[in-house]
Amino acid sequence: MAKKRDYSLVGESTRLAIETGLASAEWYHTDVPRKTMKELMQRSDGPAIRDTIIWIVAILGSAAGIVWFWGTWWVVPFMFVYGVLYGSSSDSRWHECGHGTAFRTRWMNDVVYHIASFMLMRNPVQWRWSHARHHTDTIIVGRDAEIAVMRPPDLIKAALAFTGILDFRYSLPTLVRQAFGTLSDDEKSYIPEMEQHKAVTAARWHMVVYAATIAVAIALGSWIPLVLIGLPRLYGTWHMVLTGLLQHIGLADNVTDHRLNTRTVHMNPISRFIYWNMNYHVEHHMFPMVPYHALPKLHELIKHDLPVANPSMWHAYREVWPVLLRQLRYEDYYLKRELPPTAKPYRGEFHDLDITAAAAE
Amino acid sequence: MAEWVEACAVDDVDEEDVIRFDHGGRTFAIYRSPENAFFATDGFCTHEKAHLADGLVMDDIIECPKHNGRFNYKTGQANGAPVCVNLKTYPVRVEAGKVMIDIG
Repeated sequence: MAKKRDYSLVGESTRLAIETGLASAEWYHTDVPRKTMKELMQRSDGPAIRDTIIWIVAILGSAAGIVWFWGTWWVVPFMFVYGVLYGSSSDSRWHECGHGTAFRTRWMNDVVYHIASFMLMRNPVQWRWSHARHHTDTIIVGRDAEIAVMRPPDLIKAALAFTGILDFRYSLPTLVRQAFGTLSDDEKSYIPEMEQHKAVTAARWHMVVYAATIAVAIALGSWIPLVLIGLPRLYGTWHMVLTGLLQHIGLADNVTDHRLNTRTVHMNPISRFIYWNMNYHVEHHMFPMVPYHALPKLHELIKHDLPVANPSMWHAYREVWPVLLRQLRYEDYYLKRELPPTAKPYRGEFHDLDITAAAAE
Repeated sequence: MAEWVEACAVDDVDEEDVIRFDHGGRTFAIYRSPENAFFATDGFCTHEKAHLADGLVMDDIIECPKHNGRFNYKTGQANGAPVCVNLKTYPVRVEAGKVMIDIG
């Protein structure tokens, strides 16, 4: 019988991952000539400044609509737009600016990173380090702090994620705990000691802003301040979950080849703007230095070596649903997608791929 | 004690770029700045074992290809999370079209 996975970052799976060389391993990369990669990695402020201006104008415009139409049904479409911009598109801004690839100018990355972290109720220090770990040990059980759907999958939890309730329930108490100076053992496992005090300070600043928002709401006798700050994390988070879940769900774990554990999905232009092209997720994990605006070009360059991208989110969810159902009974089961004939074979030296456990495409 | 070794030819490194140089079981990174000057550092990022030669050179900065940690390759200074430990630098001189570094 398959052994249960231990997702703690200081437990049995952690020890095994380190002992077997899965932790901090060398990962497979598609061959790309240095000259080409250098061109793709080039930074520029232009695209991110343009997108950030559109983002800010849309946020302020929809916020103004909420205030103006408050108390009428006309407020609903404005809340829909504002919620997604605040509660979902902030995730991709957090992500890209955390990598430092969105803008060429560092302070621009830092400013947007901190604003987006606040919108997401994420401690900017803690999450910078957790994301570094996610890239070192992508979907390595016991090492990766950002595995969204663990095995066996909790489908109710995954469904509730679309409402933001569970994330809200996790994120806010976490920030409160950190603001009181307590970091969990898992957090301490990936935040270096010299950075831990910064995580506490950041959590305190977030708490100050939330306290001020609540104070203003009470003083005005209005829900509007809370609808604009904090609550969008509930009502606007669905798009982040819709796109983000597809990154790794149902694919292999404990492998060192992103083609096995990460998914690229073609999406509509609006979702790609909200998601800042992170639908090209295999490409991003393989080459995190490439800015979001160059990912479509990178995709064209290396797609001969990757499983065929899902043509739509609908297609991807339809593909993964039976895999999740089967994982309920047999958690080692996963989706192993076929590579095109032009691709190099999947990398297997760090792991013994149980092909019988893999679902054929 | 100084130990000068030949790392590469001047033309092996493009302007504002970096290459890898292995010697005696050690790995170094050789940089050519936009001002056409040469510099050398340890070849691995101080955060995790990633080859800096696969990274991106921008002005005075080398960005690690794995987690985008940034160092000033001229001074070795780590410029913030996720890199916290400075990079070791090595003296460099150019002689007859060859880049020499002191690994002693």
